[in-house]
Order: sequence, then structure tokens, then C-alpha cells
Amino acid sequence: MTLYHRLSLGWVVLTSVGLLSGCSMTIEPWLKPYERANLADPIMSQGRNPVTASYMKHVLESREGARGAEGGAGGGCGCN
Amino acid sequence: MVQEVVVAVINSVVGFGKVARLLLALMITGSSHGAVLPVDRADALYHSYEGDGVSIDGPSILLRKKIGDKVSVSANYYVDSISGASIDVRATASEYKEERTETTVGADFLHNKSLFSVSYTASNENDFKARSIYLGVSQDFFGDLTTLSLSYARGRDEIGKTGDENFLEAADRQKYGLGITQVATKNLIMGLTLENISDQGYLNNPYRSVRFVDPQAARGYRFVTEIYPRSRTSNALAVTANYYLPYRAAIYGEARGYTDSWGIQGQNAKIGYIHTFDNEWIVDINSRFYSQDKADFYQDLFSREGQFNFMARDKELSTFSNVSMGLSVSYEQALLSTAVLKKWSVNAEFDYIRFKYDDFRDVLAAGEVGEEPLFAFDAKVIRLFFSVWY
Repeated sequence: MTLYHRLSLGWVVLTSVGLLSGCSMTIEPWLKPYERANLADPIMSQGRNPVTASYMKHVLESREGARGAEGGAGGGCGCN
Repeated sequence: MVQEVVVAVINSVVGFGKVARLLLALMITGSSHGAVLPVDRADALYHSYEGDGVSIDGPSILLRKKIGDKVSVSANYYVDSISGASIDVRATASEYKEERTETTVGADFLHNKSLFSVSYTASNENDFKARSIYLGVSQDFFGDLTTLSLSYARGRDEIGKTGDENFLEAADRQKYGLGITQVATKNLIMGLTLENISDQGYLNNPYRSVRFVDPQAARGYRFVTEIYPRSRTSNALAVTANYYLPYRAAIYGEARGYTDSWGIQGQNAKIGYIHTFDNEWIVDINSRFYSQDKADFYQDLFSREGQFNFMARDKELSTFSNVSMGLSVSYEQALLSTAVLKKWSVNAEFDYIRFKYDDFRDVLAAGEVGEEPLFAFDAKVIRLFFSVWY
């Protein structure tokens, strides 16, 4: 089983658990806004410097067969 | 009435697929929780890549500014000045010089705390032109602990060939993206990204060639232009994690799997450590490993011309791996929050990458036909940039 297939399986399991739990219970946020100070620190953001993140994406994409899903998913902790 | 106008607008977007229309509908009618506009900042970057006989460098300027509380606009101007020639080109042609410029303009809109993004990119070379649009929407759920992002991009390339004025080909590209970030604990954020890309049209590099055995040729082989399939579909899935340590430092990791309709299967993993000194210095040390299996129609040496319908000897389609080590150092200084400039930073980043090919041979080295040494090279990537927040 390749890494891709293992990640796909993990995604399906994660989604299934999320859907099932969504059907049976209401999810309450488990962190208060004042508990997100560490998450809001710029060092927790993989794309904290967009100008170099997009450049490195271009460098690698030009020299590797794989493309897509580079870097993080974006978004964050909703705390900045 | 408003709904009718919305439907008419969506239906008028010629050429958009169902998912893109759904995305547009979400953008127009979307509502709900979370999300913030990107911060105002400007970056001036000098970048340099050296490896495999090629030198590429140039500037990049990125500006971002809010307009009121609901809109943020951005613009990026980027230049690649290219000189030299990679091994693929050196084997069949001489070195060259050219320049590529890329301009992107974009905007983000905050609507009922959902974030909608749109951008347009134009890239120009003397023999290549690309245009693309990007649409994205992201929204937070569960008390802003989960962020869901959807995106769609569409592009068109026009490919020419230096020295052949009659050569003109085109390719259409589409990308669908789904991303989720999840706050797991007060110190851990995890992310998952899934992207599907499909291309149609001329997907070759017109300057790349395949080689085949020809006992009549002086070297025992000859080159002829590659032939690629005219469509390609790929899927990539990545997971990321960032963990905040008990002092002001963090570790992060990324794993990605990739597969496409050309038979390429790739995977990469990256791990890094970020350390801070005195709230002003940020040091990031990281390492990345990448490997892939070759495309179904790739061979280093074919037995005859026209042996298969599709034939490639582009080393990016071969079986290979690379490993990189990266180091970045930033010095940042916060200013008064009431001042026009809130913060500035100077940054230096360096990556050393070692590429090693398993079935791509160095035809410029001595050896029997098909038994030449396997190719490998080192690349050095430098980024120097200055940033201000305002």
C-alpha cells in the first residue's frame, strides 16, 4: 500500500468518524479563545511568508513529477 | 429576484464545471462563521536557483492592503531570469537566456465572516504564455476550531517554439482543491489538503527529446521530439501538523502522496524545527525527502524510433528522489502599534537539494550506449527578502 493510499484511507476514516459523530451529538468547541495564544503565534503558520512559499512551490513543481496539495491547507485557528 | 440574478450569473459563466458553479454559488450566497482578512504587508524578495547547469534569479514584489473592513487586495510581480541549459537540453542543443515575468492580482472578501478569494495570473516568456484564474472560499466551524476551504482554478497555456514561427500549441488546465485545518489542542494544528488537477492539450516540452538506438549514428543513438498523451489527471493528498513547544518554538511536519493517469506515483515528507531568540530572531531548520516512480511511457533509451505511441525522456518523468536541507533566519522588529509601520523583518533562506536519478543517464559522460553513468546533481536555492507590516 503506497503512502497515497494510506493517506486516502486515513481521510475516509476521519470523514466517516466526523459524519457519524455529527449525527449523534453536538460538537462543542474544546478551546476557549484565550487558550489560543500559542496557535496565533506566527511560528505556527507554515505559510507565514507567502512570497517565499509560492516561490518554493514553483521551484519544486518545475523539477518533480508530482503536483498539487503543496504546503498547508490554509486557514488557521481564527485567532489573529 | 436576487436569486434569479444569482442563477443567471452562475449559468453565464461559460465553461465552468458543476463543482465550480457550486463554488461560485457558495461565494455569492455564502454565509456563516469565522475567518479574517490577511494582514497588510509588503515583501521585496530576491531569489536565486543554481543547479544542473542552470541559473535562475530575479525579484518578486508582493503587496497586500485592506480596503475598509471587508476587502483586501493583493498584487505580485515576479521575474525569472534564466541562463544556461539543463542536461535535457545540453544533450541536444546549446545554452540559452530568457526571461519569464508573472503578474498576479487578487482580492479577498469577508462576507458574514466567510472569506472569498479571487485572483488572476498572467505569465509571459518569449515562447510561452499562461493565464489562469483562481476562486476560493473558506469558512470556520465548531467555534473556529475547524476551517474548511474549497478552491477552483482554471488556466490556459499557449506554447510556442523559438526558431519555429509556425509552432503554436495550447493546453487547458483545471484544479479543484479541498482543505481542512483542525485545531486539535491549544498547541497542535493539523491540516489536510486534497487537490485534483486535470490537463488537456499539448503537454510536452517542445525542446525535450527521447533517444533511441541507431547503429548508423555516430554515437549509436539519435534524438527525436517526445510524444506525450494529450490529457493528464492527478490527485494529491497532503497532511500537515504544527506543534507548539513549551518554550517559544515549534516543530512541524508534512506528508504527501501523489498519483496520476501517466503512472507516476510520488511521495514526500518534510520535518522542521523553529526556534526563537529574544522575540526578534526566528531560525527554521528543516529537511525534506521526495521520491517518485516513472511515467508509464518514460524510458532513458528506446530500441527504435516510433516504438510506442507515447515516448518521453524528460527526467522529471523518470524514477528519482531528492533530499533537501533548509535553513532560514529572520530578524523582526515590532514598532509602535500607532505608527504607520507596525513591524519590519529581514530574512535569509537557503536550501541545498540533492537530486539522484535511477533510470536517467548522463549522455554527456563516457560509456556504452545505455550504460552511461546515472545522472545526479546538486541545487542551491537562496531567498533574501525584506518585509514590512502596516
